[in-house]
Amino acid sequence: MECFIGIDLGSTTTKAVVMDDKGQVLGRGITNSRSNYDTAARVSKLEAFIDARLSLIRRELDKEPALAGRVDDVLEGLTRNFRREQFIEQLGDLEQTCISNVDGPRFAGMEKPIIEALTETFRRLRDDEADKLFAPDAQRKSDFFRDIAGSRFMQIGEEVARGGGVSFDHLLHMYDKSIIEVENRPPSGDMNRKFVSAMERVRDEIAGELLDTAALEAPIKVALDVDMKERYVVGTGYGRVRLPFPKEHIRSEILCHGLGAHLMYPATRTVLDIGGQDTKGIQIDEKGIVVNFQMNDRCAAGTGRYLGYVADEMNMGLHELGPLAMKASKTIRINSTCTVFAGAELRDRLALGDKREDILAGLHRAIMLRAMSIISRSGGITDQFTFTGGVAKNEAAVKELRQLVKENYGDVQINIDPDSIYTGALGASEFARRAVMEA
Amino acid sequence: MNTKVDTEVIKEPSMLKQKDMIAGNYDRLTSTRESGEKIVSTFVPGNLNELIMCFDMVNNLPETNAIQNGLRKQSGAMIMDAEKSGHSEDVCTYVKADIGMMGRGNIAPNGKPMPAPDMLLLSYTGCFTFMKWFELLRHEYKCPTVMLQIPYQGDGKITKNMRDFVVKQLKEEVIPMFEQVSGVKFDIDRLREYLKNSAKAEDDLVWVLESGKNKPSPIDAYFGGVYYIGPIFTAFRGTEDAVEYYGLLRKEVEERLAAGKGPITPEGDLQGEKYRLVVEGPPNWTSFREFWKLFYDEGAVVVASSYTKVGGLYDQGFRHDPNDPLGTLADYCLGCYTNNNLPQRVELLEKYINDYQADGLLINSIKSCNSFSAGQLLMMREIEKRTGKPAAFIETDLVDPRYFSHANVKNRLESYFQMIDQKRSGASLAAA
Repeated sequence: MECFIGIDLGSTTTKAVVMDDKGQVLGRGITNSRSNYDTAARVSKLEAFIDARLSLIRRELDKEPALAGRVDDVLEGLTRNFRREQFIEQLGDLEQTCISNVDGPRFAGMEKPIIEALTETFRRLRDDEADKLFAPDAQRKSDFFRDIAGSRFMQIGEEVARGGGVSFDHLLHMYDKSIIEVENRPPSGDMNRKFVSAMERVRDEIAGELLDTAALEAPIKVALDVDMKERYVVGTGYGRVRLPFPKEHIRSEILCHGLGAHLMYPATRTVLDIGGQDTKGIQIDEKGIVVNFQMNDRCAAGTGRYLGYVADEMNMGLHELGPLAMKASKTIRINSTCTVFAGAELRDRLALGDKREDILAGLHRAIMLRAMSIISRSGGITDQFTFTGGVAKNEAAVKELRQLVKENYGDVQINIDPDSIYTGALGASEFARRAVMEA
Repeated sequence: MNTKVDTEVIKEPSMLKQKDMIAGNYDRLTSTRESGEKIVSTFVPGNLNELIMCFDMVNNLPETNAIQNGLRKQSGAMIMDAEKSGHSEDVCTYVKADIGMMGRGNIAPNGKPMPAPDMLLLSYTGCFTFMKWFELLRHEYKCPTVMLQIPYQGDGKITKNMRDFVVKQLKEEVIPMFEQVSGVKFDIDRLREYLKNSAKAEDDLVWVLESGKNKPSPIDAYFGGVYYIGPIFTAFRGTEDAVEYYGLLRKEVEERLAAGKGPITPEGDLQGEKYRLVVEGPPNWTSFREFWKLFYDEGAVVVASSYTKVGGLYDQGFRHDPNDPLGTLADYCLGCYTNNNLPQRVELLEKYINDYQADGLLINSIKSCNSFSAGQLLMMREIEKRTGKPAAFIETDLVDPRYFSHANVKNRLESYFQMIDQKRSGASLAAA
């Protein structure tokens, strides 16, 4: 099966989409951009391929009558156990890296006990912790290896160090020295092997409930046997010049967002994208071709960072802002379009005794007013209007936007897709597909 | 990518000639205390160089000083100095660079101090900032100042009344002031001789600018264009030097055209013209090379620009006419691009897009220029509507380095070029 990949290297996150030759999206992947675009591109692509493999598995499982009503459970188990396999593989990598780092005059004469302590720590992590972390109902705070491995390593490492007469500082030093290396080395092992192991564990988990294990294994094997070939990759986003492929494979994110929005909602004529560092107003035609665009320039007021700054000022999480603003009984007027000045107004308003939710409602309105000004510059809003980017997930921002659109442009259909963060990557994958299919 | 540039830099004879001319004028300006020559400061749009020469005075153009300082990366510090002395961040950066330059001893690009002007000649051709600028200079230098009021082409045409009004001012105010400051009697036949030279040079300049109609274009009418207009917009219109320069330039461009060569860039000849653009607005001077590179790296050639018309719309038929010396100076001032109204500017840009078979319009809007940035978005939309060609809008500044964001400009330009690609392949790229 030929696969077409779009990668959107954003300032905050890197997204990838895998598409088949018919234009169907098979998988999506996302990771932190971590100031290392090469790794971010590889990791997001790998994640998208894992997601794509799961899509193929779902297609096959759906055909199996014996699994009717159980497909979601099976996929959940498969995903979870796949992550467990990945975790164990990365743990092995981390162990090897830590041990190879026990070197140099600082550790002269102590190598043996340190290596023994490391080996014991990793044995416990692997044998005792992996099962607990990936049990069916276990809650994991993060899916990033660093977070999962780190918290457990600290606790177990300290216990082992105490028992073995080794300074925990040495173990910690090895960990800190090795984790970045490992993190920037995406798991490269055989994906199918991990899926097979995961499948075996799922089978064991649900043994007894399912009479015919072949009904589970056969479709998964069919899906795993599909050879997903990486045919063409198109990169976009601010990090696009860092992508390790030729210029022809790079598209501006404006075009990718326009096309991505068109694919999600073919009747779209105006697109607003509010990302971490820029706000884009894009006009597209009936084919998804960009006819005009405007962006914020010289000033990042009214972008996603604005809300990040406000969240910091209020000592809140970014995702808590929207829900609190929704509780407002009135909207406090915030005049500053400058992020920093808006912070000053915020403190001033708090000092005057205004309610946090009312001020927040005002700040959300301010960011949307700024977006409206950029849209006007690009040519206004024409039905249908699609809103994308991280800020599209913020309900208070969406509420203000709806109101402003209605006040200024009347009844316009507003589209917001829950997967809108992938809009740019989606457009890029379609450009990749067209580059081959329409060449 | 099929676009490639050769890396060998060759200075053509016209470039060397222009370099000598500019250096010569700066040397003349900085040695007036010894030579006894008198300096008049004036502006590029509405620059009456032939008249100035009739009084043996030396022409000093503060805008071009600001540009020189911008190109030499000196303007940033000068602008900060001007801001320290009380000029707001929003004020025209040519003005602030000039004020900052004065504060630092008015050092010319040749390293010598520039003597104070003996006279200020303000040809008021559409930019209201010029008036305030010379008000500041008059306060500083306390020298005789004359203002030539050029009526704005609000209705898009030049009437007899407007023309008569300008001629009357030339006769009754401008020429008498020149005579008084210079001590030289006005000789209209001398003016006629200079005007003959002007017309000759103008013919060759127009030929060069219109060579952009060829495919591929042998010139870049913006990044190269700003050099081509150098002599005629500044202290050389009407001189033998200018006639010689434009003769050389034309010959060089004729050769490029015959050889099928693309424009000269700092990295050699551009090969493989990919995009043909019309540009409105001045370039950014502080990052001029980087700005230019964003174009030639992508194979983008500017085939026509409005900025190269701020000192005269010669390609639209105007020529200095020795048979009507004062009338022709009035026509010249009235007809500068800066004195045109918005519909005229739209019509000119539309005409360029059609006549030069351009892919679209790019507007470089100047942050600190309130006079000409106003209305540019409207112009852009109107031109898009009329031509059906894609347009794009970028924002930088003249000589304030703080307002050139390379990443932003690059992002927009790349998006624009890809938008043109997409438009071209149109239907074949249509969604399934």
